[in-house]
Amino acid sequence: MSAPLNTRIVGHSVERLEDRALLRGEARFVDDISFPGMWHIAFVRSPHAHALINGIDKSAALEIPGVHAVLTMADLAPHLSDHLLRVALPSPAYRLELHRPVLAEREVVHVGEAVAAVLADSRYIAEDAAALVFVDYDPLPAVADCRDALADDAPRAHQTAPHNLAAAFDMGYGDCDAAFASAAHVFGENYWQHRGVAQSMECRGVVANLEPMSDLLTVWSSTQTPHAGKRVLCGLLRRDEDKLRVITPDVGGGFGPKLVFYPEEAVVAVAAQMFGAPIKWIEDRREHFVATTQERDQHWDMQIAVDVQGKILGLRGTLIHDHGAYTARGVNIAYGSAAAITLPYVIPNYFLDIKLVVTNKVSVTPIRGAGQPQAVFVMERLLDRVARELKIDRAEVRRRNLVPGEQIPYKTPLKTRGGMQVVLDSGDYPACQAAALDKAGWEDFPARKIAARAQGRYIGLGLANYVEGTGRGPFEPVSVRVAENGRIHVASGAAAMGQSTKTMLAQVVAEQLGCDMSNITVVAGDTGAIELGMGGFNSRQAVMAGSSAHAAALKVRAKALYVASHMLGVGEQALEIEGTAIRLKGGGGAQVELAEVAKAVAGLPGYYIPGNVEPGLQATEHVIINDMTYANGTCAVEVDVDVETGLVKVARVVFAHDCGRVLHPKIVEGQIVGGIAHGLGNALLEWMGFDENAQPVSTTLAEYLLMSATEMPPPIEFVHLESPSPLNELGIKGVGESGVIPMTAAVASAIEDALSSFNVSITKVPLSPPDIIALIHGAASKNGV
Amino acid sequence: MDTASQTRTISLSVNGKSFSKTVPVRLTLADFLRHELRLTGTHVGCEHGVCGACTILFDGQSARACLMLAVQANGHEITTVEGLADGDAMHPLQKALSEHHGLQCGFCTPGMLTTLVELLNDNPAPSAEDVRIAISGNLCRCTGYEGIVAATLDAAAQMRAAGGRS
Repeated sequence: MSAPLNTRIVGHSVERLEDRALLRGEARFVDDISFPGMWHIAFVRSPHAHALINGIDKSAALEIPGVHAVLTMADLAPHLSDHLLRVALPSPAYRLELHRPVLAEREVVHVGEAVAAVLADSRYIAEDAAALVFVDYDPLPAVADCRDALADDAPRAHQTAPHNLAAAFDMGYGDCDAAFASAAHVFGENYWQHRGVAQSMECRGVVANLEPMSDLLTVWSSTQTPHAGKRVLCGLLRRDEDKLRVITPDVGGGFGPKLVFYPEEAVVAVAAQMFGAPIKWIEDRREHFVATTQERDQHWDMQIAVDVQGKILGLRGTLIHDHGAYTARGVNIAYGSAAAITLPYVIPNYFLDIKLVVTNKVSVTPIRGAGQPQAVFVMERLLDRVARELKIDRAEVRRRNLVPGEQIPYKTPLKTRGGMQVVLDSGDYPACQAAALDKAGWEDFPARKIAARAQGRYIGLGLANYVEGTGRGPFEPVSVRVAENGRIHVASGAAAMGQSTKTMLAQVVAEQLGCDMSNITVVAGDTGAIELGMGGFNSRQAVMAGSSAHAAALKVRAKALYVASHMLGVGEQALEIEGTAIRLKGGGGAQVELAEVAKAVAGLPGYYIPGNVEPGLQATEHVIINDMTYANGTCAVEVDVDVETGLVKVARVVFAHDCGRVLHPKIVEGQIVGGIAHGLGNALLEWMGFDENAQPVSTTLAEYLLMSATEMPPPIEFVHLESPSPLNELGIKGVGESGVIPMTAAVASAIEDALSSFNVSITKVPLSPPDIIALIHGAASKNGV
Repeated sequence: MDTASQTRTISLSVNGKSFSKTVPVRLTLADFLRHELRLTGTHVGCEHGVCGACTILFDGQSARACLMLAVQANGHEITTVEGLADGDAMHPLQKALSEHHGLQCGFCTPGMLTTLVELLNDNPAPSAEDVRIAISGNLCRCTGYEGIVAATLDAAAQMRAAGGRS
């Protein structure tokens, strides 16, 4: 455990900078940006999962009053350097090149793929006209299931591709064959976690405006990665870096898919450049269901080898990952799954064969958790299986296999996608599990279960452990500048999407520069405010941008104190920054305002700068941290299952976790509770249906169900453990995705426990009430009841 | 004449101010508020009446602005999120949401607020369960609703202590 923090802002639940505007309806989301004479885009999208395009007839659409243009790839091509969005992360594992086109030209490969863009005076008119664009399609056979897609005679998801294998690789270490050959027990099972949709409450959206006087093209996009987006757009539009600016306005939730660069961003930007008119496109919810990336469909065929005590000897199997129709990000999710499955446990031998398979469904890229929930689901299901087969308590099996606290830092044989060794840097996993189970009343639960059963109720308690790789490097820059009016301006490549990033950065800076949050302005996600940036993903921004903010604030603080000591004629050690002033420690006597120091270092013609320092009261830092820091936790879930209707009520959630130094307790808890709600949805509600022709069948929020307030359990019961990461100055580990990661595993464990008298075995999520009934009946008939 | 080009002139009150505008008959109330009156605090999340982000008060009753046409508001009183604060002084619900971390990205917040203003008008002393039921038609992907429920109970207590507030 860490020493208590001697801080006034960091570590405290201060008021968020973001709240006032959001609460008063004064925030500025992308659809709140408007220009006189703005044109609106509606996209013509494929109704087919797979088809050839014979031709596109725009004539009827162009006759609608108020329509300015109907753009196809042929119209855009002369204005673009490339027809394709080449954004895939590097990997030697690719077997197919599957870049998305800006607009589909000859073939569409998923429902919702954009074929043409209609530009009109209003969105209403644009949609009228989009319905009149006649696209002559030749439907082709489609691939809906990634397992079927691997068959030699399966239809090809892309007509000219030789097969449907997007990428293949394996991961592992040790000697699995030997371990399995000599093991006391080997258990095998197939597992499936289903695809879902991010469902940020704000869909995507883009506004672009070309300022003719400066020839600056400004693009506002509801994105998690404005700097990456700028890089792609500069290349596509052949614009110099200083002639294109990407701004992330207020973002109504990201949850992963908004880290991807999309065709719509390219079309809006190029159209604004072509026509000189401001242009807007706002994704509607149906488009979010068919054109925004999705994640989680994975089929695992796994075996675990254990000794008579239930100690793991080996883990092996295959992973078939639904890649969707294109490579919109990389092999990263499947890689992340494969690299996450072993983490909390000592697993001496491991081998996983991984295939990423193309289907005629919208592309797959990370959603909150990014492959890790699936891996935890599989590992924890296997451990419950071992416990059941060997008649050992489920918690005890885990206790025997968790990485012992005294072995941290624990060097695993695994490598990150960039080749860095995976070292579990901090934490005490057995202590964390013990804390969770203590709070959940694990020992007393069997008696409660028997008592409930006597009343006709089926209650169950489940658990799951996770270790999350957080803080993806190598850096996230932050600049801190004291303006001549004394106001502190912070800019970062970190992108805010609702997770309190601006507050977090302001806290870290305020701690060093006067502790006055109201004196700080933060710009997060504007390529005009800071040159480099990565953005928001991988639970990284507090770790990476927080570290840079801390370093930059320390530099500005040191300089401010040094200059002030010259101005006041006292030693720097005697000074402190309090509010907007630099004064003698404890106050009283001479003092100088930050504004005066900033003015002094701005210089006067012909005069010395006080202290002869470099001009300007500012610093920009890019703290480089290559290694990821690993957060961990244990979740216990109690359920009450109605065996007549199959309804699962989540009665309690206990969450013990360790994200290192906590910068803002309420933000941390808020991130986790939101993740838990998402994970409970993945476990019980969220079903993105496709029929056998890969036609999506759940494209409204009435069909695709999210957790609402009435499904949520009573307030989450937390245990906060705090072992600071040694990898960054502030001791932070990321927390943005932790809540979601163990939930499907913990819920499955709880339901299986509740239904133990039926001897059900849960191998997939989500579990709807009919699924629960089928499990009960299936187990009953299998058991000959 | 087709619906795309038909217009009507409507008069209505929004946040206590009177407006008279000629609008296309097919314009939704949400788009009218956002794009004609520039009251962009009302958010559009699904356009099919499920997410609740666009909830406004229509003669004091909560309603989905995405499922209504602007012409239906003719002669009626609308309150949006912009109308909840009294100048600089925020509504107790607004303050409580901030104190209880009842918002993160804030996109669902305007609809939550209008829904909860109606709840507290109807039921000044709700239970946690009452609050959960009231907002069960408002989706939030960030908070897991906990902070929103806690904030509402806190705001209700403060409003009762202050002698109520409409």
